[in-house]
Amino acid sequence: MSIGRQHEIHKRRFSRNMGLGLVLAAFVVLVFGLTVVKVTDGNVSQAISGSVAK
Amino acid sequence: MSDTSADNIVNEAQFGDYFALLKPRVMTLVVFTAFVGLLAAPVSVHPFVGFTAILFIALGGGASGALNMWYDADIDAIMRRTQKRPIPAGKVTADEAKALGIALSGLSVLMLGLAANWFAAAFLAFTIFFYVVIYTMWLKRWTPQNIVIGGAAGAFPPMIGWAAATGGVSIESVLMFALIFLWTPPHFWALALFMRNDYDNAKVPMLTVTHGRRATRARIFWYTVVLAIFAMAAGFTSLGGPVYLSVAAILNVQFLIGAFRIWRRDEDASEVDNFAEERKFFKLSLAYLFLHFGAILVEAGLVRFGVWA
Repeated sequence: MSIGRQHEIHKRRFSRNMGLGLVLAAFVVLVFGLTVVKVTDGNVSQAISGSVAK
Repeated sequence: MSDTSADNIVNEAQFGDYFALLKPRVMTLVVFTAFVGLLAAPVSVHPFVGFTAILFIALGGGASGALNMWYDADIDAIMRRTQKRPIPAGKVTADEAKALGIALSGLSVLMLGLAANWFAAAFLAFTIFFYVVIYTMWLKRWTPQNIVIGGAAGAFPPMIGWAAATGGVSIESVLMFALIFLWTPPHFWALALFMRNDYDNAKVPMLTVTHGRRATRARIFWYTVVLAIFAMAAGFTSLGGPVYLSVAAILNVQFLIGAFRIWRRDEDASEVDNFAEERKFFKLSLAYLFLHFGAILVEAGLVRFGVWA
């Protein structure tokens, strides 16, 4: 069986694979968001415009 | 053909079955009470940090749910209420549930520590340990006080939410704990009075069986009395205010009347109307908890938006 061909298991496991994929993507977004908030101390717009007061 | 699990086509787990291992309905209660605990705290938290904290508190609760289903798979298969859970239904193996539970426990504690603080994370780790080891493995099948102890595990989330905001414990967070802790026994014992056979068949020692139904009725009443005292006391801390106090006054009077009626009733009267009074009390108990925490949330909102100081 070549790896490129659609196998019955691909269809059967679609919900699991899609679900896990979405959860992982959401986790990445979450960690990124958390990093931005922590690094900028909550002042995201100020940090972007470069006018963070020391 | 090999006979690996990949070929088990008939009963294969879907994504939703793994999600069901996390006990989503319990998780909604955890989300709600942790959210109230976080917002009622006198420290403001960045909304994104607050969201992340609540998400991982809920995930920690879900992880302990999966570990509970792993350990309790044998009794879940016997009780009607739990027969359709993923493990007794044959969709997920007990080992998979254990692995998922352990992995998500670690992840949720780590992420809560990174998002909020390590005190809250340690508190979450303790809650998972308490629910899985102390309650599920040790006490649930051994003592009729199982409901009381299990209630403590369910009562920690608002304290963790409060800790995520403040980094500590205070009288307010202890009173939120007391509210759920003292509410759980009357709530579940009322259920046990009208859902009789389930726990007997599974040989889980419920108070109704070990100490009799008369004693259970009396305990429902006395727990409700203590609960009412603590619920009203919470109204005089920073959690409370006019909204909370009026909601609590009405609900506690109703709850006390319901508990008193259950106490005074005998089994024959209950059989005649198919446990109408007990069912009513159980329904009221759901509204009781939801409205108390709802009122705390409203008070926190009113303070935050400056309606009163």
